[in-house]
Amino acid sequence: MLLRHTPKEIRERSALTINPAKTCQPIGAMYAALGIHRCLPHSHGSQGCCAYHRSALTRHYKEPVMASTSSFTEGASVFGGQANLTQAIDTIFTVYDPDVIAVHTTCLSETIGDDIPQIARKAEAEGKIPKGKFVIHANTPSYVGSHVTGFANMTKAMVSYFSASNGKRSEQINIIPGYVEPSDMEEIRRIACELGIRTVIFPDTSNVLNRPQTGKFEMYPKGGVTVGALMSTGDSKATVALGSTASWPAARALDVKCNVHCELLELPIGLRATDSFIDTLRTVAGVSVPDSINIERGRLLDIITDMHQYFYHKKVGLVGDPDQLVSLAEFLVSIDMWPIHIVTGSPGKKFESRIREITREIPRQVNVRAGGDMFLFHQWIKNDPVDLMMGNTYLKYIARDEDIPFIRFGFPILDRIGHSYFPTVGYMGGIRLLEKILDALLDRKDRDSPEEFFELVM
Amino acid sequence: MAAMIDRRAALDVGTIDPNTVKKELIAAYPTKVARKRAKQIVINKEGEVPEIAANTRAIPGIITQRGCAYAGCKGVVLGPTRDFVNLTHGPIGCGFYSWLTRRNQTRPPTGEDPNFMTYCFSTDLQDENIVFGGEKKLRAAIQEAYDLFRPKAISVFSTCPVGLIGDDVHNVAKEMKEKLGINVFAFSCEGYKGVSQSAGHHIANNGIFKHVVGLDDTAAKEGKFRVNMLGEYNIGGDAFEIDRVLEKCGITPVATFSGNSTYDQFARAHTADLNAIMCHRSINYVAEMMEKKFGIPWIKINFIGAKSAAKSLRKIAKYFDDQELTGRVEEVIAEEMVEVEKVQAEVRARCEGKLAMLFVGGSRAHHYQDLFAEMGMKTISAGYEFAHRDDYEGRRVLPGIKIDADSRNIEELVVDPDPDRYRPRKSAEQIEELAAKGFFFKDYEGMMAEMAEGTLVIDDISQYETERMIDIYKPAIFCAGIKEKYAIQKKGIPMKQLHSYDSGGPYAGFKGAVNFYEEIDRMVNSKVWSYLKAPWQTNPELAATYACQ
Repeated sequence: MLLRHTPKEIRERSALTINPAKTCQPIGAMYAALGIHRCLPHSHGSQGCCAYHRSALTRHYKEPVMASTSSFTEGASVFGGQANLTQAIDTIFTVYDPDVIAVHTTCLSETIGDDIPQIARKAEAEGKIPKGKFVIHANTPSYVGSHVTGFANMTKAMVSYFSASNGKRSEQINIIPGYVEPSDMEEIRRIACELGIRTVIFPDTSNVLNRPQTGKFEMYPKGGVTVGALMSTGDSKATVALGSTASWPAARALDVKCNVHCELLELPIGLRATDSFIDTLRTVAGVSVPDSINIERGRLLDIITDMHQYFYHKKVGLVGDPDQLVSLAEFLVSIDMWPIHIVTGSPGKKFESRIREITREIPRQVNVRAGGDMFLFHQWIKNDPVDLMMGNTYLKYIARDEDIPFIRFGFPILDRIGHSYFPTVGYMGGIRLLEKILDALLDRKDRDSPEEFFELVM
Repeated sequence: MAAMIDRRAALDVGTIDPNTVKKELIAAYPTKVARKRAKQIVINKEGEVPEIAANTRAIPGIITQRGCAYAGCKGVVLGPTRDFVNLTHGPIGCGFYSWLTRRNQTRPPTGEDPNFMTYCFSTDLQDENIVFGGEKKLRAAIQEAYDLFRPKAISVFSTCPVGLIGDDVHNVAKEMKEKLGINVFAFSCEGYKGVSQSAGHHIANNGIFKHVVGLDDTAAKEGKFRVNMLGEYNIGGDAFEIDRVLEKCGITPVATFSGNSTYDQFARAHTADLNAIMCHRSINYVAEMMEKKFGIPWIKINFIGAKSAAKSLRKIAKYFDDQELTGRVEEVIAEEMVEVEKVQAEVRARCEGKLAMLFVGGSRAHHYQDLFAEMGMKTISAGYEFAHRDDYEGRRVLPGIKIDADSRNIEELVVDPDPDRYRPRKSAEQIEELAAKGFFFKDYEGMMAEMAEGTLVIDDISQYETERMIDIYKPAIFCAGIKEKYAIQKKGIPMKQLHSYDSGGPYAGFKGAVNFYEEIDRMVNSKVWSYLKAPWQTNPELAATYACQ
């Protein structure tokens, strides 16, 4: 057994986290910043932070992840990181020539209290920031929130630094897609396109972290939201924010700053969440839904109705990020599956109450925990086994020990590909999820069936 | 063995002048940066190894590939030990990123033996802990870990904020050690210590030496020739292969620092009679201290490359000076080389003359040149990520290395001979006698002495320099780590990870050499790199003609 020390008996822990279901804020900020065109994320802290975040993102996306660091030493930790950041700004603009440096802080620079805007202003006064280039920042101490709030903070920084209003509303709609895969961002854009809506999606990591092999390495690939587009968000007709943890802070900031009306939705994972996404888009943009979308919806529904017997009352364990889990749990419940153990490492009471609401019709005990860990999740599984688990790659250890079918979903996925290319949002994303669920359940059924029950047909 | 392998053969890379290349590499930098980098980019000379600046601060913003002291201490040196509870004291990220990501394999003898490597333990510090201190939480976390797992030992690893808020982790460890009656010890390996992972290696060496080595005098394994393998982390199963070969020769591996290791192995390491060092950079401190305290001499060996593995086995045999062992070692080498030479000849036909670049680690960029040479490939440029001058230029430069502020902060333990356990394994006369036969202890010559004239040695290579080097030399293969991997492959150059081996390995020893030959042959000769252009991109005019017709 790979997790041989995990006992069935659950004892509450007050201080020890075992097998976390979250990571720290800066990596989320780095990921968000990669979704700005011609932007170099910069980690203001020790070298290790930047190295770890780049490694984790690279392993998840199998793509170049460029970012720089302030390379703190003990001296910088005592005297402050101003000299390091100033030199970094100079070196970066001289050597790598980005349009934007997106600085995020770390537990180190936050603990010593570096004031990033002040340092950036000084660098600008010293002529280290070329004309037309930008240094933006987000505070992302690792001892607060999780990678998801780090993403939210950097996304909000895009609004704080760039969004502006010239007083003339445009027909454009802002979409804040949340901490989702590049494939999801692409799919959201495609759906908006199908509806005939002009959008600004930010951040947008499509064509950054799922870029083609061309024989050329581009430091700044085609993808990413441009600074110009970000500036224009202040005049957009409305903002649609997907996921309260990752997207709401930016949407609210834009409303406060430029008075852009905002709609907060859950991530469009599954039938009903996608329904509400498309219905909202259609309403705020004042367009009608084309038949192409109805066809996609119909296909997803077709699978749900046709395959219902295989999903029915199957017990599922979920580990992941709050915005994803809320929508995923709702999708599973909507097709009569039973998500009964649900853990996110990200803190937040609202998560637990929302999951309770979604799962209230399940006639058995449902365990949910925000700020939980995978050790607890594993213990729940030992006490009440499930038919399927969905979550990041670390779940494979539980899956192997407990012999439970497992679908990779969320962050990080370190040992498979696909998530960068095939979305899980929208109706098409729903179809992909159902295909994966069916494959996992039916492969297991085939594996375990006695010979006389081994079936050729469904 | 196959034809003599001569890595010093003149490089045939046309008219490329390394001086021009060097100038080009630093041309884009701001003046001060260029001046600093110029000292870290050196054109190698045969016979007289030039000086290189190493183990100096990375330039903020330059896009270094380096990590931090915590990564070196917890991630590299102590991560691979399976029966400690390795508890990260800090916010969640550091523990999370160092959780199972380095491919250190471990093999507990039975399903019941402890193995915590699949677990990540953290105090997950929150803002109130940063404000009010984290000692209370650390104490509680150690207690909870003890209550749940009853481990032999709990080690605590400090992350950046811990040092700043002034948590006394060593005192908490001491308290809990007394309270729980198991070994509890802490490492002040905050990420900002030193200039790279290297500081963390040193801190880890100090801690493991101070708190564990020498605690158990009962030698667990019998054996006439008892050796510790130092600086071998069992990535992809390297240590398994080395152990296989050693055992086949009749040599008993006592402890490996730290691949596939256990607490008891460390505690008994002082009962071995020789310390053999693979990765000089990460572990030479323990070897030095064990020599002073217990009288165990150390030698540098290298099991990467079949020829090097054979050489290392012979070196160990020579040390023990035993007829039977020497005979057995020759038998094993002869037996193992059959397959090695067969595959070597096959791949050599396809790989001969191709260029390799290696920028990795503190020893791998050196060791792996041997494997490439065995395939007939040429290392045109190499460098370390976090090594010191002695790893480049050889230990002869040690007395001349100036201790700077960043190194001075890392504790140097004062070690005296153990009153009861100090037992010199070789007398002064024996050592002299061995020296007369060309056998030297502590004899690391460094990477540069073995590299060809005119090759470029680049310390802590930046992203920018990496790209320029590839554009200029167009190597057949580039070796580095995960952060570099896909940027290089996007340029159409196959990239081999030499930290994690890309799911491959083992590459050490004889079977490892065969694995490596086959892997590199696959990579540098694969047709998959030939599809970069679509038909309409290679011949757009033709398409235009059709369109007009």
